[in-house]
Amino acid sequence: MAVSSQTATVTLPTDEQILITREFDAPRHLVFQAYTKPELVKRWWHANRGEMKVAEIDLRIGGEWRYVSVTDDGFEVAFHGEYREVVPNERLVSTEAYEGIPDPDANATLNTATFTEKDGRTTLTILVEAPSKAIRDAIIESGMEAGLQDALDLLEQTAVSLR
Amino acid sequence: MARAATTTDAFNAVAEPRRRQILDALAGGERPVNDLVRELGLAQPQVSKHLRVLREVGAVDVREEGRQRLYRLNGRALKPIHDWVKAYERSWSERFEQLDVVLEELKQKEARDGGE
Repeated sequence: MAVSSQTATVTLPTDEQILITREFDAPRHLVFQAYTKPELVKRWWHANRGEMKVAEIDLRIGGEWRYVSVTDDGFEVAFHGEYREVVPNERLVSTEAYEGIPDPDANATLNTATFTEKDGRTTLTILVEAPSKAIRDAIIESGMEAGLQDALDLLEQTAVSLR
Repeated sequence: MARAATTTDAFNAVAEPRRRQILDALAGGERPVNDLVRELGLAQPQVSKHLRVLREVGAVDVREEGRQRLYRLNGRALKPIHDWVKAYERSWSERFEQLDVVLEELKQKEARDGGE
């Protein structure tokens, strides 16, 4: 089957940003669907590390989204945000707040997802803009910790959230 | 171990935007310091100071050629940064592999339904 095993590419364009890029073997209207329909998001966003309990999406400017996922060892992680820009099949701008830290909304990132299609394949880029370098670094670091520890400190919580 | 000083840690060395600019410039090939001075629009002592920090963490090598000192990038010294980002990349890759499966199904469904 045409399921590719290519990896996402992650770069750090500035001190506050993370840029994630990945190509998919599908036209962009399908990638956009899979990205914005709750029943579809529930099938991939957990990254095989648990189950998604909640995927609420109110896809319009000012509309809110919320994802809650439960890891296999019962740890619950939740994210929410607000859509700032919605261009179907092309572009999605939204905030993303991790509910496991104090004052999630003040520490939220601004995420811009761009969908471009060429020859039936879609390149998805996600630009994550954090309010500070410290928060940007904490996000990256949590990805690094994923799967290594079980402690309940803040770093660990963020780590689990990235599973 | 205590926190590494600026001059011994690749992360600290690239935390300075000007130093990243120098690395970007050197990614295109070996350059004399005057070139870098021109490109960055900084005074030479400042550029030299940044180059010294980069050299101390091994991110930049230097050699003499005639009266010139030529600087070049040594990517291996930046590997810790690469590794750091790599783990985050892995979690997204896993997520996207699931998305591949969903997309394959959507494609097949669309083909069955006779396209759009």
